[in-house]
Amino acid sequence: MTDAAQLQLKNGRLKKRHAAEARFRLYGRVAIIVALSFLVLLLGRIGLQGYSTFTTNTVSLPVYLDPARIDRADLEGSNYDYVVALSLLKRMGETEDEFGTNSGDAMALVSRDLGFQILDKVKADPNLIGKTIIVTGPVKADADLFYKGEMTRAVDEADRKLNNRQLDWLDRLKKSGAVTSGFNVNFFTHADSTEPEQAGILGAVMGSAMMLLVTALIAVPMGVMAAVWLEEFAPKNRWTDIIEVNINNLAAVPSIVYGLLGLAVFINGFGAPRGSALTGGMVLALMALPTVIIATRSALKAVPPSIREAAWGVGASRTQTVFHHVLPQAMPGVMTGTILSLAHALGETAPLLMIGMIAFNPGLPQGFTSSASVLPVQVFIWENASERAFHERTAAAIIVLLVFMIAMNAAAVILRRRFERRW
Amino acid sequence: MTVLIALALLAAFSVGVYLIGRRRAVALSDGKSARLHSLPGYHGTWVALWAGVPAAMIVILFAIFGGRLEDAALRLQVPAAVAALEAERQEVFWSDAGAAARGQTQSEIAYEGDLKTALDAKAAEGRRISAIGLAAVLGLSGVLALCGVLLAYPRLSKDFRARNRVEGWTNVLLIACSTIAVMTTLGILLSLVWESYRFFQSVSPAEFLFGTAWDPQIAMRSDQVAADGAFGAVPLFAGTFLIMLIGMAVAAPVGLYSAIYLSEYAGPGMRATIKPLLEILAGVPTVVYGFFAALTVGPTFRAFFNWIGGFLVGGPMDSLGQYLETVQNQMALTAGVVMGIMLIPFVSSLSDDIINAVPQSLRDGSYAMGATKSETVKRVILPAALPGVVGALMLAVSRAIGETMIVTMAAGLQAKLTANPLDTVTTVTVQIVTLLTGDQEFDSPKTLAAFGLGLTLFTVTLALNIIALGIVRKYREQYD
Repeated sequence: MTDAAQLQLKNGRLKKRHAAEARFRLYGRVAIIVALSFLVLLLGRIGLQGYSTFTTNTVSLPVYLDPARIDRADLEGSNYDYVVALSLLKRMGETEDEFGTNSGDAMALVSRDLGFQILDKVKADPNLIGKTIIVTGPVKADADLFYKGEMTRAVDEADRKLNNRQLDWLDRLKKSGAVTSGFNVNFFTHADSTEPEQAGILGAVMGSAMMLLVTALIAVPMGVMAAVWLEEFAPKNRWTDIIEVNINNLAAVPSIVYGLLGLAVFINGFGAPRGSALTGGMVLALMALPTVIIATRSALKAVPPSIREAAWGVGASRTQTVFHHVLPQAMPGVMTGTILSLAHALGETAPLLMIGMIAFNPGLPQGFTSSASVLPVQVFIWENASERAFHERTAAAIIVLLVFMIAMNAAAVILRRRFERRW
Repeated sequence: MTVLIALALLAAFSVGVYLIGRRRAVALSDGKSARLHSLPGYHGTWVALWAGVPAAMIVILFAIFGGRLEDAALRLQVPAAVAALEAERQEVFWSDAGAAARGQTQSEIAYEGDLKTALDAKAAEGRRISAIGLAAVLGLSGVLALCGVLLAYPRLSKDFRARNRVEGWTNVLLIACSTIAVMTTLGILLSLVWESYRFFQSVSPAEFLFGTAWDPQIAMRSDQVAADGAFGAVPLFAGTFLIMLIGMAVAAPVGLYSAIYLSEYAGPGMRATIKPLLEILAGVPTVVYGFFAALTVGPTFRAFFNWIGGFLVGGPMDSLGQYLETVQNQMALTAGVVMGIMLIPFVSSLSDDIINAVPQSLRDGSYAMGATKSETVKRVILPAALPGVVGALMLAVSRAIGETMIVTMAAGLQAKLTANPLDTVTTVTVQIVTLLTGDQEFDSPKTLAAFGLGLTLFTVTLALNIIALGIVRKYREQYD
């Protein structure tokens, strides 16, 4: 052993240095564990909160269509919720009191969807009035929470939405087999609603799909062509330098600024329709453009010069070389980058709030220029709602959004794995 | 809809012209395509371009600007009954007239007497104008398409350089697409600067940048007390800064240490699993982080601080305990911590790249001198990578400043000048969202203030990015 090493051992310096090494390594591990536990916490919390929305409780009730309560001359004007509530009360062995408290309590248990169903049926066949029909529909969101065990009797009666009598009724309904638990179809086949049990994400999914289509149709061809020019044709001078720096900076502009641009230029300047899939798609296209350009350029750069030289050698022009040889070779990389930037656009919220996409849309989007909601904004709107049942739906909508994003990312990964060539 | 049909017709016409041009070229070559300068397809394409592109441009321009022109034409003549109205009511009248002409829903205002007649007349005039406009544009595009064919077709010949011409068109298209990027920047700049200019006419820039009171009142009536509101943005800047600091306090150490661990200590297997996992964190939409912050982190923090406060009440730190018991869900700490989580993958992947760019020879030299791994990292790699790491952190800061959804959902709306992380604060982006999501007229100082804030945000993030990219680039040059 050398003197220096012996000295170190004697003073315990080596021990200290090794301790420092171990500590440093520990910090690194802790950092990674912290980061991963955040991930688990985030996804786990959303999964736990959201999965219960995928099942729901539906109730089947025989409803007596009382001719005294349904006006044949004015079918639209009759109160069908009240008719349903009376039938429910009868089943519970109760009658209506003079203040309407009993029917009010009953109405708070079943969705208004049942009333709408009766209206539709009566409109189709007015002879049903006076008969008893069976209607099936979701229970109210609060009742659903009770069935799922998220509202319990342990909570003080004043602090929960449903009183003890209502909970007794619910228990009896369940026991009698009128209430069944099953897959929540409504959530996937309905648009937004003010009633949580009827609110679904189909409108938002369609809106997102339409908006993404607009984004892709604008951003992809433009981005690819811009990248082709910059990478293959552009002379290296001050102007192309400016464009290049510009694109890099655009990629880092906060998304909300694109929303301001959309509001000032597209909506107030060109009169584009507020809150429509078209306007949203255009704003997101501008936002996605720099990333598409950057991804395409790096894919083009990865194609070796020998490909170009071979094409030139057999007499192809520059344009032919690029469009017949270089671009097809770079296509997998272009697709990967494009899908990733579209996935990013799918999750973007802030700029869409600026251009009026926050409006409440109870129906499916009518077209590209009509008001539409999109998934991330739907998440934002539901999160702001005060009712607890909406929060469950928010988490479920997030799960759907994440599933779409994961699918897109997976597609990008598969594309890269299958088609990417190493030169 | 008509526009789409017109474009489809044009496309079909161009395809037909392409086939004709191509056949013509084949005929010119007497069946020996080697005699032609360009392949027959290029001849066809060239004629088709002349037939389709100018006509399509006219139609597209009409689709974008036509509505505005029609509006302007409609307003040329102002009926007497309308001229007597106030300026605001006139605007409503015009928008209703336009809506009536297009068959859309009008505002809820009932029109009577002269106004009703004027409205009906204007609606009819609007329908007439738009019919004339549409017919004119369709006719013009048809003429252009025919002219294009008639001009281009006779020029086809054996020696005609059709390929070069078509490539010229392609080049123009490519350049136009590249210019869009510049146009976007210009659009951002001009719209922000213009609207901010209008804002600064009613609020002085000094008051905006240095004023300490932010209270953009909603002026329901113009004679309302304090209808102007106060537009001093310092509390917003302070709130943004506070949340950014908290976020960086989470993201910088965690991100940096994970990058160091992954690049210096972890084996290839561990790297291959952990890096994609961290990237998931980067791919999660910000609205999801906002949801997480508002409904999970916020209530948890609140419960935690209230719990601690419960212990302190009645003790020597009674006032602190009293305060902690009043802490609310929405606080700077919640937004900051969640923003930090969002930034972790950003910091770690950037730093990872930068640390990997440090040449292996520096590490080997350090190991040869007997340094441990941690000493090598601390004394050799980090100093060498420092400019890059600083650049990465600056990019993260710029991200944090521009982030909107997390703060909108978790930070709160009250503009307070405070450094207390448990207090609710508001940020520049939150205020932009709140100012612009309500339904109000576009010209009020309140909505224009959003553009003033946007301009500030844009300037600051742009400056940060330019500096950061400059630092990163300068540093990279040392080893390449």
